[in-house]
Amino acid sequence: MGSARVVVTGLGVISPLGMTVGDMWEGLCAGRCGIDKITAFDPVGFSCKVAGQVPDFKMQQYVPKSYRKAVKLMSRDIKLAVVAADEALRSSGLVTKGIDPEKVNVNPERVAINLGAGLISCDLVELAPAAAASVADGEFDIRKWGKDGLELVTPLWLLKYLPNMLACHIGIIHDIQGPSNTITCAEASAHLAIGEAAQIIARGGSDIALAGGAEAKVNPIVMIRQCLLKRATSENNDEPASACRPFDANAKGSVFGEAAGMVVLENLENARRRGAKIYAEVAGIGASSNINPAYEHLEPDGYGLQIAIEKAMADAQVQPKDLDLIIPHGTGIAADDLAEAKAIQSALGEAAAKIPVLPTKSMLSNTGAASGALDVIAAVCAMAEGKIPAAKNCDRKTDSCNLNIVSQEQETKIGYALCCSYTYGGQTAALVLKNSDGEAVR
Amino acid sequence: MTERVVITGMGIVCPLGHDVETTWQAMLAGKSGIAPTTIFDASTFPSTFSAEVKDYDPAKYVKNPQLHKDGNRGSGFVLGAAVQACSQAGIDIETDEPTDGIDRGRLGIYLGAGEGSVDNDVFFRALVKAWDTNSSEMDWGRWAEIAFGQMDAMRELEQEPNMPAGHITLLTGARGPTRSCLTACAASTQAVGEATMLIRRGDADIMIAGGAHSMIHPLGLTGFNRLTALSTRNDSPETASRPFSASRDGFILGEGAAIVILESLESAGKRRAKILAEVIGYGSSSDAFRVTDMHEEGRGAIQAMTAALADAGIGYKDVDYINTHGTSTMENDSIETIAIKAVFKEQAKNTPASSVKSMLGHLIGATGAAELISCVMAIRDNIVPPTMNLNDPDPQLDLDYVPNEPRKMPVNIAMNESFGFGGQNNVVIIKRHEK
Repeated sequence: MGSARVVVTGLGVISPLGMTVGDMWEGLCAGRCGIDKITAFDPVGFSCKVAGQVPDFKMQQYVPKSYRKAVKLMSRDIKLAVVAADEALRSSGLVTKGIDPEKVNVNPERVAINLGAGLISCDLVELAPAAAASVADGEFDIRKWGKDGLELVTPLWLLKYLPNMLACHIGIIHDIQGPSNTITCAEASAHLAIGEAAQIIARGGSDIALAGGAEAKVNPIVMIRQCLLKRATSENNDEPASACRPFDANAKGSVFGEAAGMVVLENLENARRRGAKIYAEVAGIGASSNINPAYEHLEPDGYGLQIAIEKAMADAQVQPKDLDLIIPHGTGIAADDLAEAKAIQSALGEAAAKIPVLPTKSMLSNTGAASGALDVIAAVCAMAEGKIPAAKNCDRKTDSCNLNIVSQEQETKIGYALCCSYTYGGQTAALVLKNSDGEAVR
Repeated sequence: MTERVVITGMGIVCPLGHDVETTWQAMLAGKSGIAPTTIFDASTFPSTFSAEVKDYDPAKYVKNPQLHKDGNRGSGFVLGAAVQACSQAGIDIETDEPTDGIDRGRLGIYLGAGEGSVDNDVFFRALVKAWDTNSSEMDWGRWAEIAFGQMDAMRELEQEPNMPAGHITLLTGARGPTRSCLTACAASTQAVGEATMLIRRGDADIMIAGGAHSMIHPLGLTGFNRLTALSTRNDSPETASRPFSASRDGFILGEGAAIVILESLESAGKRRAKILAEVIGYGSSSDAFRVTDMHEEGRGAIQAMTAALADAGIGYKDVDYINTHGTSTMENDSIETIAIKAVFKEQAKNTPASSVKSMLGHLIGATGAAELISCVMAIRDNIVPPTMNLNDPDPQLDLDYVPNEPRKMPVNIAMNESFGFGGQNNVVIIKRHEK
C-alpha cells in the first residue's frame, strides 16, 4: 500500500442470502443456498433456469423523500447499489446528507466513491412497444423506428443504463463530492474498485471512500449471453441448491445472480480520530492480466491470476504461511476452477494445500461485478467472528486440485485473508485483508 | 520519491484521421469529421449525422487479426491506436520474444472504454417477434428460441466494456495492472489520470492508457436523441458542432479511440525513449447534484480543476492553454465557462480555451484521451487548435475560445477537461518536457 493505512469501517450487502450483511453471513454459516428457480422472468426455453435472486424490497426505504422521484431513473443494478450503500454508510457511523441532513459529520469533498459495475442490460419489456411500433411488412424497420418507435422510448431512458449511474445516484443521495470512478471489468470489477479506492485514500486523495460493486444478472439478456457462452449450468435445473459446485468433480457450470456489496474504506488515522469501529485493514492489492487467445476461459495455467496474487502478497508484505483464509473466484466452471487452483498453488507454494479455502458462489451465485465485494465482506465477517463457514457443494474435490476446501465449519483466528477474481477478457485482481484485532471497539 | 510520469507514445483512430499527425493537421486546417451517418440508416432519426471513423480496417494494424476478429467497433479502433502508440514508444509488439527490454509484468493497461453495440438485427427481430401487442406481454419462450438460434456467443461477450482492454492485452502481452473504467464522457481522462497514479505509486513502469468507444448505433443514437443532447442541424452537419456560439444546439455523436503511453521518467530515461510531454497533474470529483444536469455553479468542475492544479503544484497563471470539454450543448458550455472563470479569476479571459469537438465531434468515452493528444501536439508545435464554427458568439460566454483560426503562441502547460453525465469531472494537466 501507499503511505496512509486504509481500513474498513462499514459494510453493506444485498444478496441472494438476504437484505443485510447479517443475513448473508448467517446464511453462509448455515450453509443456506440463495440459488433457486428464476422468477424474474419466465425462463422457458433457456438452458439454465436457476439463479441467485435477492428478496423483494421497497426502494422508498433506502432513498430520502426528496429524491424518490429519481427512483424511476434507476435500473435494477442501480437500485441494488443504493440499498447496499445505505447499510454500509449507516454501519460506519458516518452521517451523510442521505442519512440525516441535520447531523452530517463528514466533509463531502473528502469522500470518494469507486464502484464496480456491469454492462447493464436494457429492459426488453420497456423497449418492446417502441419496437412493435416500428414494424413494416412483418419485420423491424429502422426507418420506422427513427420516425415512430424512438418517440415511445422514455426521454431519460439512456441514463438508466450508463454504468457510472450507480455511483452518481449514490453520490447525490449521500452528497459524495470527491473522486468518483466506475470500474467495468466484469467479475473482477469490485476487487479492482476496492483496490483503487484504497489507493486514493493512501495517496491522500480522500479520507473516506465508498467502494464495492453491484450487478443484476437475472434478466433475459445476461442469461442468454451466459447460456450461449456455455458458462451457465444446464444440467442442474431441478436441483437449484446443488447447481453451483465450485471445485467439485461434478461441476457443470456457473449460476448467475444479482447483488450489491459495499464497504466504507477510511484512512486509519481518520477512523481512530472519530472512534470508528474498525473491521479490517486493506493490506495489499495486486492486479494483472490473463493472456488467453480463447478468452472465453481463464488461461489453463492461471498465470495472470498467479501474478495478481503474488503482487497482493508482496504489497501486503506477508508470506503464504500468514494466510488463514482464501476466498477464490470459484465459479463452478470446471476448467476455470482448475486454472484458478493452479494459480493459487503456484503463487503460494506448499502453504496452498493447508490454507482453508471458502468458495462462496455455491451459496451466493455468481453476481458479476458485485461478487468480489461480497467475498471481501464475507472475509471481513469471518475475521471478526473467528469463524470459517463450511463450503457447500464441493462433495468430491476435482482431481489435481490440491486446495484445502473447507469441509467443516472452523473456529479459528484469521490474521490475513486473500480474495481473488478474474474476468473473461483478461483482467485479474487480488486483495489481502488484515485482521485489525484490538481496534474492533467503538 | 514519487515517480515523474511522461508520455512516450501516442496513437489515434478518430473521425479526423487514423493517425496522430493526420488528425492534428486536420484540426489546424479546421476540417470537420462530421457528416451524414452511414453505419446504419439514421435518415429518420432526429439527428441524421455523426462523426464516424471512415474506411478503417483494424486487420491492417495487428499482427494476428484472427485473435481480434469478433471485437466490437471500439476494440477495433483501440487496436490501431495502441499499435501506433507502442510503435512510437518502442514497445515491441511484433515479435513473440520482444527484445525491447521492457518487463511485461511492469507494463499495464488502463482504458476508459465503452460497451459494444447490441447485435442489432437479432436484437430487434427477437423483440418484435416475441412481443404480443394485444396483451402487452413478452413470450419469453419465443424470444429465447430466436435468441438461441441467431445470437452469436462471441458477439455477445464482446459487448462487455472490458473487452477493448482485453484486446490490448492479447496484442501486447502486458501483465501489469489492468483496469477499464466507464465514467461516461469523462472516462478516458480518468483512465489517463489513474494510470499516472499507478506509475507514481510504483505499480508499473509503463501504462498503455486512453479510451475507446462507439455509440453510433440505433440504441445509442436513440438514447442521446431522447435526451435532446444532440444537435439536430441536419442541413449542415459540418457546422453543427459550434461550441460556445449562441446558436449551439447540442453535441455530435462520434466514435474512435486514442492511446497514450505513460512511463516513469526513470524508465523512459533508461530506454532513451523520446519524451513527448510530462503529465503533472490530475484531479477528479463528482457533482453530487443531479443525474441530468451539471451543478449550476460548476462546483464539481471547479473542484476537479483545483485538485489538478494542486496535484501539479502550479497556479492557474501557469496554464497556457485549456482544452475544454466544450460539447456545444447549451448547458456544458455555459457552466464550463463559469467554472473556468471561478478557477482562473483575472486570467480567465487571457487563457485561450478552445474545443476541438467543433471538428472531431464527441467521442464519448474516448474523447478525453483524443483531446489530450491535441494538447501534446499544441505543446510540440506551439499552436493552439481552434474552436471552429464560432461565428455568433454567445454574449454570456466571454472567454478567449480561439475562434475559427489556430493560434501560434508559446504553449508549455495545457489543461485537459472532461465532464460526464451524472456529474463526473476529470482534469489532467501536461507540461512540455525539459531536459
